[in-house]
Amino acid sequence: MNGFDWKVIVEWAPLLLQGLGVTILFTLGGLALGLVIGVAVAVMALSRHGLVRIVARAFVDAVRGTPLLLQLFILYYAMPSIGLKLSAPVAGILGLGINAGAYLAEIFRAGIEAVPRQHVHAARSLGMSSRQTFWRIELPQAVGLVLPPMANEMISLVKSTSLISTISIGELLRSGQIAVSITFAPLEIYLVVALLYLAINLALSNLVRVLEHRSGAGARGEAMRSLQDVGV
Amino acid sequence: MISIRNLHKRFGDTEILKGVDLEIAANEVVAIIGPSGSGKSTVLRCLNFLEAPTAGDIRVDGRLLGYVETPSGDRRRLPEADLNRQRAEIGMVFQQFNLWPHKTVLENIIEAPILVRGTPRDEAVAIARALLDRVGLGHKADARPTTLSGGQQQRVAIARSLAMKPKVMLLDEVTSALDPETVREVLDVIAGLAKEGMTMLLVTHEMAFAREVADRIVFMDDGRILEAAPPAQFFAAPAHPRARAFLDKVL
Ligand SMILES: Nc1ncnc2c1ncn2[C@@H]1O[C@H](COP(=O)(O)OP(=O)(O)OP(=O)(O)O)[C@@H](O)[C@H]1O
Ligand SMILES: [Mg+2]
Repeated sequence: MNGFDWKVIVEWAPLLLQGLGVTILFTLGGLALGLVIGVAVAVMALSRHGLVRIVARAFVDAVRGTPLLLQLFILYYAMPSIGLKLSAPVAGILGLGINAGAYLAEIFRAGIEAVPRQHVHAARSLGMSSRQTFWRIELPQAVGLVLPPMANEMISLVKSTSLISTISIGELLRSGQIAVSITFAPLEIYLVVALLYLAINLALSNLVRVLEHRSGAGARGEAMRSLQDVGV
Repeated sequence: MISIRNLHKRFGDTEILKGVDLEIAANEVVAIIGPSGSGKSTVLRCLNFLEAPTAGDIRVDGRLLGYVETPSGDRRRLPEADLNRQRAEIGMVFQQFNLWPHKTVLENIIEAPILVRGTPRDEAVAIARALLDRVGLGHKADARPTTLSGGQQQRVAIARSLAMKPKVMLLDEVTSALDPETVREVLDVIAGLAKEGMTMLLVTHEMAFAREVADRIVFMDDGRILEAAPPAQFFAAPAHPRARAFLDKVL
């Protein structure tokens, strides 16, 4: 073991890149599910019906109040006891998606609430229904508002995928661990693993920045400030 | 055309409107003036059912706003779709313009005609462009609202309301949030509408403008209409002492 061994990196690159692919796949899967859950729960949280709001609130609190690792264990190890046997990838996507969904729901709810009421009144006064107003006026503006906090959530999701290594999914971190256990070169391998995580997250932040730019600087401005006021 | 009878509105324990009666004829322009907090905006918001009246009748062309009357005489809330149809015929322009920032000027105007009226897109665009020309903003169709001055935004907001071909326009202090140099351009648009016979109910602090454009001045104080008279008469010799005191303060 003397100095930095480049050869190890080249030799183990295929396994690490495979792990990277798995990580990206689970990030995208978790994000897709998280977006669906997030929008649905946010809509529930803004419902007129108290019971629906309580269900949404309970979901968000339960998910945010317990460790993701525990949620993964429950899905993968505990569910079979009640007859629900999930494969590791399904448990992984579900766990990541549910977790991201709870955080995204809070972000979306705050984003929708930050859309000025008067914009809604303007729509209603023109005869638009509450549903049309929601989908055409509130949601698109909220999307512009929530992009920055969403970027944070996505970055955190990328990092959270490392936890699914514990239910034996060969994602990036686990690939690294395997490589290290054979090569005894933790410095080289973990450095590369770190750089790969960083690369995904930088790509993501840049993507969000482009989207943000496209959604129109005007749509944010003042409303961004109100979003900060509600603590997002 | 609009008939308000014994309109009451309470928020919690406070009664904001204490029985308002007002008739507005077709093509008439009525200006509501009065001290802050007297309930002027609340009257307008009830007329568009953004607030549901606590009691009283509002009729537009004889039809009860927001409710259906059963033969037995009691009333039920109108189904949302019917209420939306009623609202679509009553244009409202707000102090803060309330243009949608995620849409261009043109998109702001065509949104409701397409969604609510089912107007084909081409037709809606043609109407919107004609309205923009009319308010002097034909060149701003593709701009984002936030890049416009206050006066320009307010003119777009007026065009947005007009695109629904409303029977009546409600304008709530539409120049109060504007820089002084852009107030006139908005007032000119409103004066133009008045000349073309648009029925309007406007709340304003611009006494000179109210006098110039209104057929009738309505003075409100503390949730009631205390006086209603043609502008020449009202401004020369207000009958009610509170109207006199108010005019002394603002003129
Ligand atoms: N949604 C609401 N809930 C509670 N109180 C309200 C609500 N809307 C208005 N009010 C109260 O009703 C009163 C009358 O308000 P309104 O906006 O109609 O007055 P206004 O005559 O338009 O005043 P201004 O000239 O300041 O605009 C005010 O005291 C206001 O605080
Ligand atoms: Mg007001």
